[in-house]
Amino acid sequence: MNENETVMSQEYKDAITSLLFQLADDDFLYAYRGSEWLGLAPHIEEDVASSSISQDSMGHAAMFYKLLEDLGIGNADELAHSRPALDRKNSVLMERVNGEGYYMEIPLYDWAYQVVRSYFYTQAKKIKIDSLCESSYSPLADTAVKVKMELYYHRLHWETWFKQLLSSTDVAKKKMDEAIKKVMDDFYDVFSYGNEKLLIEKSRLISSEEILRDKWKASIEQVFTALQMEVPKISDKPTKNGRNGEHTHDLEEAIRTLSEVYKFDPIATW
Amino acid sequence: MTNLHNAAEEEQLAHFMQRIERGDKIEADDWMPEEYRLTLIRLISMHGISEIMGALPEKEWVPKAPSLNRKLGIMAKVQDEMGHGQLLLRVTEDLLLPYGKNRGDIMQDLFNGNLKFHNVFHMETKTWADAGIIGWLVDGAAIITQTNMLNASYGPYARALQRICAEEVFHAQHGESIIMSLAEGTEEQKAMIQESLDRWWEALLMFFGPASKETTGSSKQDLTIKYKIRSKTNEEFRQLFFDKYVPRILSLGLRIPDPTIRFDEESKLWSYKQPDWNEFKKIIKNGGPRSHARLNLRRSSYENNAWVRDALSVKVT
Ligand SMILES: [Fe+2]
Ligand SMILES: [Fe+2]
Repeated sequence: MNENETVMSQEYKDAITSLLFQLADDDFLYAYRGSEWLGLAPHIEEDVASSSISQDSMGHAAMFYKLLEDLGIGNADELAHSRPALDRKNSVLMERVNGEGYYMEIPLYDWAYQVVRSYFYTQAKKIKIDSLCESSYSPLADTAVKVKMELYYHRLHWETWFKQLLSSTDVAKKKMDEAIKKVMDDFYDVFSYGNEKLLIEKSRLISSEEILRDKWKASIEQVFTALQMEVPKISDKPTKNGRNGEHTHDLEEAIRTLSEVYKFDPIATW
Repeated sequence: MTNLHNAAEEEQLAHFMQRIERGDKIEADDWMPEEYRLTLIRLISMHGISEIMGALPEKEWVPKAPSLNRKLGIMAKVQDEMGHGQLLLRVTEDLLLPYGKNRGDIMQDLFNGNLKFHNVFHMETKTWADAGIIGWLVDGAAIITQTNMLNASYGPYARALQRICAEEVFHAQHGESIIMSLAEGTEEQKAMIQESLDRWWEALLMFFGPASKETTGSSKQDLTIKYKIRSKTNEEFRQLFFDKYVPRILSLGLRIPDPTIRFDEESKLWSYKQPDWNEFKKIIKNGGPRSHARLNLRRSSYENNAWVRDALSVKVT
């Protein structure tokens, strides 16, 4: 089935909607966490490079929200800004804070965590986007093709950091090991469709969770082997599944900041 | 011997000044008098570090920007500013070479108060309208001073400014667009711009610096003019700013928070209430409302990331 058929079944539409929320919310939060690093990256060149990545990612979120708008689900800005945490479908990994402290005070952000989260997520996003390029829903496939071009540089960027920090000082290696553990504890729902698993997989919108998870492992294996490390295991017992609206307090805080001005007057033009 | 030496040096200096007069571009490896080098270092490092410190007040509004498009717009702008900082610090680093100094030293100078940044970036931001006013009027003010230096005698700075000024035009448009939306919006939104303008007005006038060194005890404008780095004075810049923006501000239905401001038809000059130049001196000595907080933010992140810079200095085999 595809959108060319005049009537889209409710079931198919529900599947697309659910998947699009997962994709949009992931990038929205990822871009936000990245933008909190603005002006605080380890050096100025990196500040420019990673803020470009955050900006691209916010652009991807905007494209996914727009697809939802086109489906009649709601206005893109409203979907991005006014849904409470309970309705959000992003992975828990995307909502986690960068470290201690608020971004305007004295934040003690962890660059190792930023590198590992970004590398693993970007690699996962690439696997998903590759699959989405073949999606049965062609507006989504078209968007995936656009995202894919920018993603190439993001992946390269974070892979370079990942390898570099793991091949350097003992301090860096220790921090990276800790970050890998922390990220992997939250990694389960990155490749979960939550309660919508059957619906989404049946609709041939994207490959199954299992296939994507295996592809992800295979895709980073070479890097790990070269570093004489083992590909870390994805925990299969997540404490929370963001795809089902299970979230941490971090997300509520994030949404409060992200929608502070919007909520001042949601009807106004800004 | 000393006389010979002096004679040779004087000839070198005369030759250099001839090049300046001719409008030659001086390049990083060319001979230059120390006064010229120090003037450039002071000017360009301050410009560069102001771009970087200037990213901080706007960054406060990046996540809060009220729509996806505004989020994208302000992210792009702040990224540009960091890019300007990077470009300018590289130009400064080349000039610092004979002194054996590098970027780490520039950062230390910032942290210990020897390197100043523009007064506007010491100020607090309170509302979304501030993001608009910064883009529209602070970047607008910067365009006035920076386009005047597009022909600066120092080639690397002039070339960096070509690119920077092209991007600044987009920044001013971005800011103006935020302001236009607010101006066409609800009463609360309109009040938000007026309140923001009221708070920023003095800082905007201060941005161009004092009219003469009599006002604050020091001013580098004479040196930059002598070496053809720029051609206009601080006061001329401020007058250009009034020419361009006073009519625009009024056309949006906003009030200038200076009841005395008026254009004198005879002298073709604006007369206006002077900002508090003692306050200006205090602000640029890091005594402004957010000076310490922003410096702390920069310093703590610099220290917090020290392990990363250590790690990068290890050669990967
Ligand atoms: Fe700039
Ligand atoms: Fe700018």
